[in-house]
Amino acid sequence: MTELFPNLAIAYGEIFLSVGAMALLMVGVFKKDSVNMVSWLAVVFMAITLFLTVSISGEQAFTFNNMFVADGFTTFMKILVLVASALAVIMSREFFKLEGDDRFEFPVLLVLSTIGMMVMVSANDLMTLYMGIELQSLALYVLAAFKRDSERSTEAGLKYFVLGALSSGILLYGCSLVYGFIGSTNFSSIASAISNLDQAPVGAVVGLVFVLAGLAFKVSAVPFHMWTPDVYEGSQTPVTAFFAVAPKVAALALLARTLYVPFADMSGSWQQVIIFMSVASMILGSFAAIMQTNIKRLMAYSSIGHIGFALLGLVAGNAEGLRGVMIYMAIYLVMNVGTFVCIMSMRRKEDGMVEDINDLSGLGQNHPAMALALSIFMFSLAGIPPLAGFFAKWYVIVPIVNAGLFTLATIAVLASVVGAYYYLRIVKLMYFDAPAEEFVEQKSYPMKIIATLSAVLVLAFIIPQISSPVLNSAEAAAQKLSQD
Amino acid sequence: MEHFPILSAITFLPLLGVLIILSIKGEKEIVERNARNAALLTTVATFLFSLVLWFSFDKTTAEFQFIEQADWLGGGIQYKMGIDGISVLFVLLTTFIMPICILCGWDTIKTRVKEYMIAFLLLECFMIGVFCSLDLVMFYVFFEAGLIPMFLIIGVWGGDNRVYAAYKLFLYTLLGSVLMLVAMLYMYGVAGTTDIPTLMQTDFAPHAQIWLFLAFFASFAVKMPMWPVHTWLPDAHVQAPTAGSVILAGILLKMGGYGFLRFSLPMFPIASMELAWLIYTLSCVAIVYTSLVALRQTDMKKLIAYSSVAHMGFVTIGIFAFNVQGIEGSIIVMLAHGFVASALFLCVAVVYDRLHTRDIDRYGGLVNIMPRYALVFMFFTMASVGLPGTANFVGEVLVLVGIFKVSTWTAAIALTGVILGAAYMLYLYRRVVFGELTKDDLKDMLDLDKREILIFTPLVIFTLWMGVYPTTFLDFIHVSVENLTAQHEASMAAYHATIETIEDAAQAVTGH
Repeated sequence: MTELFPNLAIAYGEIFLSVGAMALLMVGVFKKDSVNMVSWLAVVFMAITLFLTVSISGEQAFTFNNMFVADGFTTFMKILVLVASALAVIMSREFFKLEGDDRFEFPVLLVLSTIGMMVMVSANDLMTLYMGIELQSLALYVLAAFKRDSERSTEAGLKYFVLGALSSGILLYGCSLVYGFIGSTNFSSIASAISNLDQAPVGAVVGLVFVLAGLAFKVSAVPFHMWTPDVYEGSQTPVTAFFAVAPKVAALALLARTLYVPFADMSGSWQQVIIFMSVASMILGSFAAIMQTNIKRLMAYSSIGHIGFALLGLVAGNAEGLRGVMIYMAIYLVMNVGTFVCIMSMRRKEDGMVEDINDLSGLGQNHPAMALALSIFMFSLAGIPPLAGFFAKWYVIVPIVNAGLFTLATIAVLASVVGAYYYLRIVKLMYFDAPAEEFVEQKSYPMKIIATLSAVLVLAFIIPQISSPVLNSAEAAAQKLSQD
Repeated sequence: MEHFPILSAITFLPLLGVLIILSIKGEKEIVERNARNAALLTTVATFLFSLVLWFSFDKTTAEFQFIEQADWLGGGIQYKMGIDGISVLFVLLTTFIMPICILCGWDTIKTRVKEYMIAFLLLECFMIGVFCSLDLVMFYVFFEAGLIPMFLIIGVWGGDNRVYAAYKLFLYTLLGSVLMLVAMLYMYGVAGTTDIPTLMQTDFAPHAQIWLFLAFFASFAVKMPMWPVHTWLPDAHVQAPTAGSVILAGILLKMGGYGFLRFSLPMFPIASMELAWLIYTLSCVAIVYTSLVALRQTDMKKLIAYSSVAHMGFVTIGIFAFNVQGIEGSIIVMLAHGFVASALFLCVAVVYDRLHTRDIDRYGGLVNIMPRYALVFMFFTMASVGLPGTANFVGEVLVLVGIFKVSTWTAAIALTGVILGAAYMLYLYRRVVFGELTKDDLKDMLDLDKREILIFTPLVIFTLWMGVYPTTFLDFIHVSVENLTAQHEASMAAYHATIETIEDAAQAVTGH
């Protein structure tokens, strides 16, 4: 079915944000010293986009010749992406004010990559998929290398770019194979084509594996995780904070839709691949983090491990699993944002920003509030009840056990015990060890508010009034998507 | 059934204390004083509140009482609380021990008093929650959450090697518990609910029961602790501050036994029966081995920690005797151990506070200058040995009677534990209290002061009460335990009946 005129309504959010990004660029170029204004405008634009996205959400709708989709799932994931991006902009303000090198390109690039992510989430065609990924990635490459005169930052940017380009190539190759053997790039057409075949053609299977490899790079799942620690460490901290959440959410949403919609009938083929990536990520994430001394590197391995957990939900291949993934990413967002606010508060008078975990020694005595918040996040990341992190793990492991994959579930929980060791190490440093030199007091109210709010949310997830909106909307959206 | 949510009130009252302590501001000294007072007040109030359960508990029914129910996470996961004869005394034990814990750290804790009190109040909330939960997820949440304050208590206020001990406690327990978590998820998948009373009625397939039992066993065996996963306990006890040791011995160890009674026995009756030999073996090894190890200890706390492992061996044997005497005995042993082991750790703390060493060789002849202390210490030494008239005697006799019906050999080996127990406790007492007072630094030690007497008095009273007139306590548990054993027998009968039919069918097939 071809439309005479595309239904733009369901893409209002993306359209508005794109126009907004251009406007921001103009403001930045023509108005001197406008970084502050551009940044806050970017936040406002994202808030409006969020409003638009929520207001048009409802029944599943397609547009642009079925290349673009909007439903409950996209709304849920877009909310996460927009919240994470807006918070990253807010967090960056404090950082750049103190560190200098304050340029208006940062919020503009961040907004551009956010648009890319929203397109990724809404992709219903291999072409949209690729376009979204590229829009997102190109902005991210620049962000990674944003500190031009720093060797580490440029190295991070270059590394990310080279490996990212490679993965994009692999992804494209996979897309072309799928197109060649199935005869369509549209998700819905691929799905119906495959369901009509007795057996998927080998070329399509190979293509699928290539597509998975490309997407695995974006979510930094093992064995395509190598860039993560270096990029996390080399980039400036607000960039890392952004990398850790929003792109992961978008890429995982894309991965979920790719597996659930076009290749739903090939679950036998992709299930083993996802199981392998999930197990390898969980194990590597927990073991490799043990030896880290740089907190950003540690968070990189932690995020690899968490992605492994999130992938568990996809293994089940049903609505329950998808719901688990959605809940996982929502909770992951809150925990990570909070942790990165704490990391950004690690600043000394003489040394500036510090990143060694030993700098956290005795934080419980120097800065009790920050230590309390950070330990709440650490216990939550470790998955200790009653904190939110436990429920995140709960909802991805339930479908695994229901699917009868007991060994997988056992490996997952054992990996979480190993992971608990290095999260505990940070708590240990903060509370059991003698105090190191004090940090500069965090004065910025936005930072304080974000940290407090995240900590309260992590603590209060156990209260049904707080958790049920997330649980229910995730359930409804997941039901819808996996029915198709 | 609408009534005042008494169990939630008891569970979450300590959190109110936490909020009060958090809101205290001002000079350091005043803050510390107020934090202590607030913590004591909260725990005493919780205890008084929990006395309602003591008086209004219906002892004639095995049903769950004081039930509260509310929606929680959806999908069959509810907020559900309730107690029966098995859990009621553990709730009371917890609320009873807590004020004592707060009192025993009154003067000795000098750093970060506010945080210390908060950690203990949080721990109290979680521990009561464990015994009141009637939902698997809730139970797990409370069960695990207790690790966080315990980790901090040992790590912040502990001895020299505290970091190692705190890690060991945390990771050992977590490792056991996550296996239980997988089993819980399976049960959730099969039954579609996490409601504990419903799960008790659910029949799990025999081969699944074995795995489920082992997964739960991994968690409870670590918590009990049973040999050979007991090694975290001596470390944790030695490094923990006194109040931490008291909580650990008094209540946390009981969670393992409670777990066996609440989950393993009623939910996996066949596996419990099939694997009882494993429990007997491990328990017997624990009783004999740890008693021998205790004989050789030079550190007072470590000695008592090993004696705890031995006593817990009695508990597991009693539970897996599957008869009324054995199970009642094991509950009594747990309660008695809650009083006696707590008191023994407090006895160690009394001399440790004065001389700052737990090395047995540094003491001797204390009876000459500390007569009151010598009396109290002797009383609890005798109680630990199981002298008639004290609580332990009642429990151990019941356990031995119970197990004798089932396995004579196990009873015989467990009995040697009683003898060995007498040996190491009396040996400890002789070295510390008797003899000439020769060491100079002991000569100016002061006898028990008012605060310490106040701490010991209720423990002495309860140990004697339970030893002389145990009916008061047995009345609470009797009906529930009878119900538990009756159900166990019923499910075993059904199991044997099915096996026979299968065998008959097999014979019929092969016979023709």
